[in-house]
Amino acid sequence: MNSPFAWFKWQAVFRDYNIFFEGFLTTLEVAVLGLALSLILGVVFGVLSTSKLKIFKIISRIYVEIIQNTPLVIQIFFLFNGLPYIKVILPVFLIGVLGVGFYHGAYIAEVVRTGITSTPKGQFEAAKSQGFSYTQTMRYIILPQTIKIIIPPLTNQLVNLIKNTSVLAMIAGGDLMYRTDSWSSSNMYYGPAYAISGLLYFIMCYPLARFARKLELKEKKEKTTVSETSMEGLSVATEGGL
Amino acid sequence: MSQVFNQTTLLFLLNGMKLTLIIALVSIALSMFFGTILAVLRNFSNGILGKIATIYIEIFRNTPLLLWILAIRFLVPIPPMYSGILSFTLFTSAVMAEILRGGMNSVSKGQYEAAYSQGFSKFQTLKYIILPQSFRSCIPTFLSQGVTVIKDTSFLWAVGIEEFTGKGMILMGSFASSYQVFLLFGTIAATYFVINFAISCSVRTIKTAY
Repeated sequence: MNSPFAWFKWQAVFRDYNIFFEGFLTTLEVAVLGLALSLILGVVFGVLSTSKLKIFKIISRIYVEIIQNTPLVIQIFFLFNGLPYIKVILPVFLIGVLGVGFYHGAYIAEVVRTGITSTPKGQFEAAKSQGFSYTQTMRYIILPQTIKIIIPPLTNQLVNLIKNTSVLAMIAGGDLMYRTDSWSSSNMYYGPAYAISGLLYFIMCYPLARFARKLELKEKKEKTTVSETSMEGLSVATEGGL
Repeated sequence: MSQVFNQTTLLFLLNGMKLTLIIALVSIALSMFFGTILAVLRNFSNGILGKIATIYIEIFRNTPLLLWILAIRFLVPIPPMYSGILSFTLFTSAVMAEILRGGMNSVSKGQYEAAYSQGFSKFQTLKYIILPQSFRSCIPTFLSQGVTVIKDTSFLWAVGIEEFTGKGMILMGSFASSYQVFLLFGTIAATYFVINFAISCSVRTIKTAY
């Protein structure tokens, strides 16, 4: 018996490095396109959920709740196994993009919604009093501020999106997870294959996770300094008043 | 044309749901336990244990769950259900640790100082003062993570563990008409939805109560 991490198994991984590299690229492609789709969906539904029209609110609520409360695997299987029954056959790559795009779109919609609702109401009123229309208020005043607040949670969503592209392995999607799984089950060299694949995922996700944490800490610091200075201002004001 | 729903198929699906819930609940309970240890180590140990906890959390937070499900199934010779529980526990512990750390960091510094000034040891401060408050503030996030775990158990079908999704897919193989297949997809999705939506709603209620 040799160990699951025997040296010759590592050699085999490095010999077939192009298989892992191709999977890595596919995963990146799916992630980038999926991110683009989920951002579009997230912004549209996030903005709709704060609109005054009830019908828009209901539509975005339904989208968010259905997607967030059912497994991604089922959604992907539906696209892969279900749609062909009504003569809609999509390539697996597209299924990956649509699957993670719609799934994370729902999460991003919630992030966007929280960002918008955390903007003080006075800003909406001020914009309105200056004659801005609803779209103009959103475009020039609310969304630019929202972006700053939501970048950290958005980056976390991106990390999850990258990780979730691995669902493609379940429909032979050609991504990194699928290549790892099929390569290692053909020769049983599981140990090094999963180690390398894990490392590649880590390389994609870790810098993003760090970036998000850095921004979060910076924001927290700013907030505390702002509140401290305002507290100072307050005490000065009371002192002056007294 | 055979019936989609009869006693046999429903029992078949129900068995899958039982396995889904067992794996999810056991994993959540274990992850909360190990997550607490990891969080405390990462926040309060400056030595080697703290470093190990940090590395553990970062590795599991930045690699896909499916990778661990596959790796554990193929590398650790234990029965399928335990393999599922093990992979979920390893993965979710890191998530729970980060959630709890968020809660612990939001407890104000004055509480530690007050506890120390009253002669509490570091361990006592954690056990009686910091952790109870952190847990309380983390309940909604823990529950949301519960939803994620229940959803993600469907990844276990990748290694042939016949939880709810697996049973559904096996059942689907015996039907051919689009009506039957869509009905089955609808039923599976709706079942997950009902369970998770109930939890999501309770999360919202708890959040507003706080």
